[in-house]
Amino acid sequence: MSTDNKAMGRKHHFAHHFRSAEHEYESAKQGIWLFMATEILMFGAIFAAYAIFHSLYPSMFAEGASHLDWRMGFINTCVLLVSSWTMAMAIQSLQSGKGKNAAPYLIVTLLCGAGFMVIKYLEYTHKFHLGLYPGKWFTYEGAQHSNLALYFSFYFVMSGLHGIHVLLGMGLITWVLIRTMRGEFDEHYYTPVEGVGIFWHIIDLIWIYLFPILYLIG
Amino acid sequence: MAAHVQTGKNYINEFAGLKSWLCSLDHKRIGVMYAIAVGIFFLVGGIFALLLRTELFSAGPTIMGANTYNQVMTYHGAVMVFMVIIPGIPAVLGNFFLPLHIGAKDVAFPRLNLLSWYVFMAGSILAISTLFTSKIDTGWTFYTPYSIRTSTATVTMVVAAFIMGISSILTGLNFIATTHTLRAPGMTMGRIPLFVWALYSTSILQVLATPVLGITLLLLVAERTLGIGIFDAALGGDPVLFQHFFWFYSHPAVYIMILPAMGIISEVITTFSRKTIFGYTAIAYSSLGIAAVSFFVWGHHMYVSGQSEIANVIFSALTILVGVPTAIKMFNWTATLYRGSIQFTTPMLYALGFLFLFAIGGVTGIMLALIGLDVHFHDTYFVVAHFHYVMVGGVLMALMSGMFYWLPKMSGKMYQESWARISFVFTFIGFNVTFFPQFILGSMGMPRRYFDYLPMYESLNRISTIGSYMIGFGFVVGLITVIRAIYSGPPAPANPWGGKTLEWTVASPPPHHNFDVEPVITAGPYEYR
Amino acid sequence: MAYHRFNLDLFISNSLLNWLGGTMASHQSTHHVIPAKVFVIILGILLVLTVLTVVFHSMQLGSLAAPVAFIIATTKAVLVMAYFMHLKYDTTINKMIFGTAFFFVALLFILCVIDIATRIPVQSTL
Repeated sequence: MSTDNKAMGRKHHFAHHFRSAEHEYESAKQGIWLFMATEILMFGAIFAAYAIFHSLYPSMFAEGASHLDWRMGFINTCVLLVSSWTMAMAIQSLQSGKGKNAAPYLIVTLLCGAGFMVIKYLEYTHKFHLGLYPGKWFTYEGAQHSNLALYFSFYFVMSGLHGIHVLLGMGLITWVLIRTMRGEFDEHYYTPVEGVGIFWHIIDLIWIYLFPILYLIG
Repeated sequence: MAAHVQTGKNYINEFAGLKSWLCSLDHKRIGVMYAIAVGIFFLVGGIFALLLRTELFSAGPTIMGANTYNQVMTYHGAVMVFMVIIPGIPAVLGNFFLPLHIGAKDVAFPRLNLLSWYVFMAGSILAISTLFTSKIDTGWTFYTPYSIRTSTATVTMVVAAFIMGISSILTGLNFIATTHTLRAPGMTMGRIPLFVWALYSTSILQVLATPVLGITLLLLVAERTLGIGIFDAALGGDPVLFQHFFWFYSHPAVYIMILPAMGIISEVITTFSRKTIFGYTAIAYSSLGIAAVSFFVWGHHMYVSGQSEIANVIFSALTILVGVPTAIKMFNWTATLYRGSIQFTTPMLYALGFLFLFAIGGVTGIMLALIGLDVHFHDTYFVVAHFHYVMVGGVLMALMSGMFYWLPKMSGKMYQESWARISFVFTFIGFNVTFFPQFILGSMGMPRRYFDYLPMYESLNRISTIGSYMIGFGFVVGLITVIRAIYSGPPAPANPWGGKTLEWTVASPPPHHNFDVEPVITAGPYEYR
Repeated sequence: MAYHRFNLDLFISNSLLNWLGGTMASHQSTHHVIPAKVFVIILGILLVLTVLTVVFHSMQLGSLAAPVAFIIATTKAVLVMAYFMHLKYDTTINKMIFGTAFFFVALLFILCVIDIATRIPVQSTL
């Protein structure tokens, strides 16, 4: 079912329905980008909903944003940007024949992801402590706007969905990390790492917008 | 024409055992597994339809109460939409024939293909499970606020639909990458069969539209479990926004349903006219055109929901526009028939039936696109008749056409033409008996999704119900015909119809690896004369 | 003869369709390696832009705040897409695939906004 191609990847066999490893790579990249398009549409739709409600209730959204600590958001933004850099460097290491650097870069990416989730956890628990829950669970006293819960509905759904993707990304990075440490990738074959990398950058991309939208503009 | 040695081995008999099927990466086997699943779900959805129509035979309760009717009506819609018509042609016939049509050995991502099937089965089983818990009664469209307040199984069903959406996305993704990267040498985009153009356009819709359904359903689940308030007016939300998000997917979804069907019609009409299709380029571009414009028209489901006048007018104008590429296809198919050497085989009968029924369905769609008319027709049986004409008279007719057309290739057996024609006659006549009266009922003002109706609607409802039993009979005869063929039909040759596309150059059933030698393409797909 | 005219259309259309197919089967190298130095520079710019976002926020720009923040975020996004995600050196089809998604999000947003922004509130008579 698979064909051994010694010119491309010592251990990688490309699938039989492709003409070459290069052909398989091109196809895989397209599949990866098609999947990323679906992620943009899914998050994009909720961003659109957010924008609509923000324009309907501007001062309520400002009140909601005032409960968020922009410094935490700022740190998290920097953490994700750095993790994107280390992810890109992991792939670059493989591409340029410095494959032994890939695993350390991936590990740092994982740690950044974990750091992001820790900060997220701290933010969430702080809000829960104040009674700032989504929707019908909202128990915060002293809101100036009667429908402040709607802001936190958006906050938790958007940041929560993003957080789930961070966890998924960390799982995928762990998977490629294990394969990297087993020596399955080199300058001729690194497609799964690149695919996971692109997914990880999408997660960064979404946070690039989430930070100003949720924390700053409100 | 690639001559190949008859080894007697094909994709069915080469590997034996249930595990070899359930773990198969062969697109043909996956297509067959989808066929069995979709076939079963079609029977389930059909039974709900017959139950529903039986209830509507008389005014007042006939065989069930109002709440049960709401459930039956909802399951008929949800099962047919999510488990039959959306996956149907792409997952069954698309999976089987896309690689064959482009001269490839498989789809781009075979493991992803198998995953798609498992994900689809998981979602379907979850959906069916709600029948045994508290059931759903919201209608397949899950409109808020009722879907927020009603029985608990709504969350399960919505999650099931989400899961099935993932399957749809993965299939579409696979088909796009396949079409882009796995075409045989010489098989330019200008030489792929029109079925491939249809699947390609459909796949673009699946990839772009389904994620929005995904987030909408997630938000509905959050609405029910967390009370987030986005769609709940009581909490400052907007129920019409749910409709916007829902129909942003669901309108392209109906084109996900019809585009592959149109692809089949292109194949069948050209083969049984023994004539090159008229206007290949126009049909190819119109498939892309329909896919593109389908994203711009969703608001025509919402003219009376509280959408603004300006938005109504914009959506109305764009909806009328989408009729243009569709009509181009209808004219091209008719022109293909003109001076063709027509053979009235069952696939051709179903295709001709499609032309007639889809024309009615399409034209009534344009009627509904006009706001002034829609204000009267919205939520009446006129709408029900319209979408059944396009979904059943269109998609299902094309699916039957494709099934009989490709059954010899897929199974290696010929079906009995006389039985198949009986199936067609009952299905076609029964369909019109069922649904044409519903146009009249709608014009007379009978509301849809209602358990009961005024006595003045009864006689037409009775005719409609009788028609539904005729359809049922027609499909049962069709199913028996197919099963008889598979078990005891005479062996089919490689090319029983004289078709010109690549699947007819390999044995019936095809070998596991499709082509012994990779085909090199030097001409278009329909070179008859 | 109608058949020959039809053939000519097919030829022209085929060229267009083949161009479309050619874009999809582009042989532009996707194995271009971006030097590590470039990545560091891009990261630096991204971090600076992040700081700028916060700086502008503290300046309380009123109605300009949202557009400014959006422009900076989009600049960051483009840099991530072009360099970290390698899109700048990728095939046309991959760029088109990804770009199309943004187009349709915009479409969803714009038409929803047109509806909501042009609704005329009506007092219920009930």
